[in-house]
Amino acid sequence: MLRFIINRLLQGLLVLFALYTITFFLAKAMPGEPFTTEKNISEEAKAYQRAIYGLDKSLFEQYLRYPINILTKGSFALSTSKGRPVEDIIAQSFPNSLILGLSALGIAICIGVPLGVISAIRKNSWVDWGAMSIAMIGICVPAFTVGPLLQIYIASHLPGLKVAGWGSPADIILPALTLGLTTAAYLARLTRGGMLEILSQDFIRTAKAKGVPSNKLITKHALRGGLLPAIAFIGPSFAALISGSFIVETIFQVPGMGQHFVNAVIARDEFLLLGVALFFGFLIVIMNLAADILTGIMDPRVRLGSNQK
Amino acid sequence: MTNQITDTEAGTSLWKDSWLRMRKNRIAVASIIVFSITCFFCFIVAWFCKDPNQVNLANKFSGPSSEHWIGTDALGRDLFSRILYGGQVSILVGLIATTVSVTIGIIYGALAGFFGGKIDSIMMRVVDTLFSIPFLMIVIVLQAVLSEWSRETSVWIVSNLNWDKGFTDRITNVLPLFFALGLLGWLTLARIVRAQVMSLKEREFVEAATSLGLTKLTVLFRHIIPNTLGPTVVYATLSVPGFIMYEATLSYLGLGVESPNSSWGILIKEGANYLETNSQLLIFPGIIFSITLFALNFLGDGLRDALDVRASKD
Repeated sequence: MLRFIINRLLQGLLVLFALYTITFFLAKAMPGEPFTTEKNISEEAKAYQRAIYGLDKSLFEQYLRYPINILTKGSFALSTSKGRPVEDIIAQSFPNSLILGLSALGIAICIGVPLGVISAIRKNSWVDWGAMSIAMIGICVPAFTVGPLLQIYIASHLPGLKVAGWGSPADIILPALTLGLTTAAYLARLTRGGMLEILSQDFIRTAKAKGVPSNKLITKHALRGGLLPAIAFIGPSFAALISGSFIVETIFQVPGMGQHFVNAVIARDEFLLLGVALFFGFLIVIMNLAADILTGIMDPRVRLGSNQK
Repeated sequence: MTNQITDTEAGTSLWKDSWLRMRKNRIAVASIIVFSITCFFCFIVAWFCKDPNQVNLANKFSGPSSEHWIGTDALGRDLFSRILYGGQVSILVGLIATTVSVTIGIIYGALAGFFGGKIDSIMMRVVDTLFSIPFLMIVIVLQAVLSEWSRETSVWIVSNLNWDKGFTDRITNVLPLFFALGLLGWLTLARIVRAQVMSLKEREFVEAATSLGLTKLTVLFRHIIPNTLGPTVVYATLSVPGFIMYEATLSYLGLGVESPNSSWGILIKEGANYLETNSQLLIFPGIIFSITLFALNFLGDGLRDALDVRASKD
């Protein structure tokens, strides 16, 4: 198990390195200047600013300097558009994104998994058909349609819910619901598939023949294996929840990290871009690792065969 | 019953077999019909409709009438023809991005699976690494880079080749999307094809082809790759709605298609602004968009059942 974890951690480092390299060179390839403002700045002033931010160094030097500064000084450099340290911006906005992402994940699991289990047990019944149609709606209707509809038809009619904003705990509900619906739909489909596969296996028939009551059959025998595809999906889906939050944060005006990323691209702010990208990448690596470990605990086959795959 | 037996004796191809199974799946058949109708309207009927960019401020937010079937938008443009023209962009982005990604995925996966050993493990490590990278983030940055380049190209074309500016802008605005999405969506397919090729290359027909003296690459492209088409078709069908969704997402964020060009993402974005007073501006594009995605997803599911492909990932 320890070897497995170390192996995955090394792989995670490789992922972060690749992410950094790709983002760095894409950011450098972005045309346009970081310091273009409405005011006309003289060439000297621009050169001075470039020197402050270290943008006058050679490309290779800049490429090496950024990760070294992060590792040695814990500094993610200054944001060129906001003039503040990138780590401050992340520290300020990340808690909001985390709360939003985790609540969305919670909602997704609470809706998706039971829906999938029920439709697998009642395969081909109207319950199954209905649940899977709802799941399909969740996949096909984009967040930027669901969000505004929720704002108009729910937020403006229910007391306590605001159309947009981020202050009281109740403000989390609608964005989290919007964000979680797609993931819930995928989870429902994966859970159904996984459960159906397990339920068709011999050991389930044996257990049935031995007289295990159907409740116990599901909870004790089938769920353990049937949930594996869903659990494997939760790691990557956390990534989807964060990147999906670009949209939801815009709709509900949540002061999270997603909008900083989009703004950084528009403002050609490469340090903010790199900082947010690396931070997201780090989170995803950690979440994938957690999902892998959880799968390894639940399914020994994965643990043993991890190197072949 | 007897019919089926003679059919089997005559030897049916995988595709004919699957078509027979598919025909029994009512939802899949309905999806084909719905998607065909949508394409018919977007690519053929659209040419007979009003100019989607004709602004008429005197007639903004008008309701359904005989002239504007489902009304007009905030600038008095005909919503019906904007939806159809937007559909052209959205559907084309879906189809072309899928073509780009499927081509890369097949070649990459087939080469890795066919050569095996060190080459395979390096190639798959690359895929594993790219898999953990947040897709939408890279697409956003890549799209920003590509669209800036294509804007410059557009200016160059207009000034040097004297093309029509509106036409050139329309093309160069959409072009980067095809590649930004297509270049990044091939990872899953590469894995699927690789696994297929690995098992196919041990089969007797490959041995037969090799012993007849065909070169390795001929065997791979003529005999192995065509046999991987089943899973590829299923995956490709399911990725079209995915790309359409990405296009809408990028356009919604202001990084994809830009006004006055329309796409379903743009229309939904514009519609959301006027939801309280003129909800039809969001609802109509939203419904068409969702129905198309519905049809494509159900079609993919139907194909998967018909071709009997077991895919672990959705």
